[in-house]
This record gives sequence, C-alpha cells and structure tokens, in this order.
Amino acid sequence: MPWDRNQMAARAAEELEDGMYVNLGIGIPTLVANYVGDKDITLQSENGMLGMGPFPIEGEEDPDLINAGKQTITELRRTAYFDSATSFGMIRGGKIAAAILGAMEVAENGDLANWMIPGKLVKGMGGAMDLVAGVGRVIVVMDHTSKHGDSKLLKSCTLPLTGQGVVDRIITNLGVLDVVDGGLRIVECADGVSEEELRAATEATIV
Amino acid sequence: MQKIYGSAAEALDGVLSDGMLIAAGGFGLCGIPELLLQAIKDAGTKNLTFASNNAGVDDFGIGILLQTKQVKKMISSYVGENAEFMRQYLSGELELEFNPQGTLAERMRAGGCGIPGFYTKTGVGTVIADGKEHKDFNGETYIMEEGIFADLSIVKAWKADETGNLVFRKTARNFNPPAAMCGKVCVAEVEEIVPTGSLDPDMIHLPGIYVTRLIQGTHEKRIEQRTVRQA
Repeated sequence: MPWDRNQMAARAAEELEDGMYVNLGIGIPTLVANYVGDKDITLQSENGMLGMGPFPIEGEEDPDLINAGKQTITELRRTAYFDSATSFGMIRGGKIAAAILGAMEVAENGDLANWMIPGKLVKGMGGAMDLVAGVGRVIVVMDHTSKHGDSKLLKSCTLPLTGQGVVDRIITNLGVLDVVDGGLRIVECADGVSEEELRAATEATIV
Repeated sequence: MQKIYGSAAEALDGVLSDGMLIAAGGFGLCGIPELLLQAIKDAGTKNLTFASNNAGVDDFGIGILLQTKQVKKMISSYVGENAEFMRQYLSGELELEFNPQGTLAERMRAGGCGIPGFYTKTGVGTVIADGKEHKDFNGETYIMEEGIFADLSIVKAWKADETGNLVFRKTARNFNPPAAMCGKVCVAEVEEIVPTGSLDPDMIHLPGIYVTRLIQGTHEKRIEQRTVRQA
C-alpha cells in the first residue's frame, strides 16, 4: 500500500533533527508538526514568528495570531515575533535549517514548480521562492502521480519554476528519492511498494 | 508636533492623488489598515498601485477597492483568496506584478533605508528574473531588485504614543514596519493612542520618525481561516 497523507508527513518528520529551525509549507507539510515527537524543533512561520504552537481551542482564536496559511494558531513559551523583512532576512540568510514544501512538479535536476498554472490558476509564489533559495535543505512532500496517473517527477518541469536546482529530497506516497548528479536516486520505497512499481510511476531518470 | 487626526478621512485629506503608489501593511487580513482602506474607497481615488503582500478578500481589505475599480495595479506575492482579483487579472483589467514575499518585504525596507537596489538569490532561474540584472558573487548568481519608494504608506499597529512611536501585536506586525518605512508620507491607524511616556522606549517596534499622521479607531479584525483543535 502506498503511504497516505499522514504516513508521508510522519516520514518527512524523520528528516528533522534536534535543535533545527524549520519552515513547513501549506497542506501535507503542515501535518509534519504532528509527528516530531520529543525532538526539539522550532517552527518558523514566514509572516513573522518563530516558535509556532498548535491550533487554538475554540474560543481562544486571536485574529492577530495566524500562520502563513492564514489559519489561527497559538504561541509557545519560546515564541518570538518580528516583521516580514526580518523574517525573510533569516530565510535568505540561511538561518532556517530546512523547509518542507508541497509541489506540483519536480524535475530530476532539482527544479521545483509549485506556484502557478499559466492561464488557469493564479495564486502567487508567496514565500516559496525565498524559502527554496535560502534555507539549508529543501524537502518536498507530494503525490507521486497526478489524478490521471501521470508522473509528477519529471525529466524537466512544464510549469513555471519556483526555483532552479533547489530540491534535495522528495517524499511521495510511493517512497523517498534524493536529487543527485544525473537524476533521482531511490532512498526507500513505501511499505508494500516495489522498486519496479516506483520506477514505472516515475518519468524522471532514476540512477 | 501634531500627528493625531480625528478620523481616517481627515488623516488622508491632502495626501491622496489619482495614480499614486501606496504601500500597505498586513498579511492576509491580519494587521491590515482597514479603516484607511475604507476611507480611500470613500474618497474615490483612482488608478492606484498597491504594494501589498495580498489583496484582501472580496469584501474586506484591498478587495473593497477592487470592487470599485480604484486599483490599476497590484505588487503582491499571493492573491489566492480573492475571486474578484483573479477575475480582473485574468480578463486583463488589472495589472499584477508578482514579487516573492521576501523580495517584496526587502524592497519596502530598502526603499525606506534609501537603498535603490539590492541583489538576491530569490527567483534566479524563474520568470521573476526575466529582464533583471544578473551578477555573480562568490560563484553564485544573484538578481537585482529595486527598492520601493511609495508616495504613501498606510499601516496598522496595536498601540501608539502621541509622537507616533508604534507597538505591534503578535503576527499582526508582518509587513507593517517595512511598508511604513518606504512612504514619503505614512498614515498609521492604531487600536489605542496612549500618552507619550507610557510606552517602554526599549519596546518600541517602529520609531515615530516613520509616522506622519495617526488615528485611533475600532477594528473589525476579521479572521480569514478560523482553525481550532479539540480541547
């Protein structure tokens, strides 16, 4: 069985180490926070917060306290607030150890596309371009294939890029792959997924 | 030094003009200058360019100025929550300049600091880099981005003293300080104006030198994505 959303998030959480400052993107990456366990991880929210806490209980929502997905959140004892220029200063300046982000497409050279479908969906890149250019390690969590079964791990991206050669590791519902010289290298397969199945679902070169 | 005005309309009197560039604070609907935006709508100022991370939602924030077609161009990083914005953009009625969020924040900060341009790795190899100067430093490629020098800044803070020293609250700070810094004139709206001397000088987030005019008002502070956990 391929991994579900929670299993992918749990696998992504294994990438994190004690003492890391980490930025989690919207969607499945947000779930990673549920699986860090006892590890001492400080979450950054790029709208101006280090030390992001869980969602509030009902009645304790604060309109002045949201995450980058505009959801209400809470603060922790270690929390610090700052403005957007300072926030992206620490991102651009390489102080954030890792970002875990969603993706529409990833290419075998590490190119990432996750912000725009021309003529169709106009959302904007938000902070994604800054994050992939600045953080120490970029981990992508995504479905391996589209609804139609087409590979989202490609020889080259078809959509406008978020960053060029920026992805380090890809965690999909079928397994874990690293971006290396010449293509992608299989790190592990999801439980019950064979290497043949993973290869068959992947357009990108596997080395 | 008299910075305090009686209303948003009075604070904007004489500083609005058609076609101007306005830098606005806020992230989503958090920390937006909602009273000043309403007053700009009421004033009917047209052909505005806004440098603002988002464009609000259809009926709140900058969204209210899109409905009245007062906005010519947006400089933003994310417009995903606004249907009218998408409609006007896809039909060609509205110009849109996408800026990566950190680039937008730094463009504002730079403008406020008298820095006309800076180099960043953000966006290299993407459409954002098209037509921009590329330069290598220590073997890595960067692109040049320009500082934003706005005609007017509109921002929202939690508290101010009578000299315009500002204190923000939690993540409502976001783009407000850099937006405030980059305008020729800055109008700030706050929840409470306290007597000068009652804020701790070590705890001022934005010194009053950046604030030209000041109003106190009641804020709706709408929540965009109310999300809770089980108790």
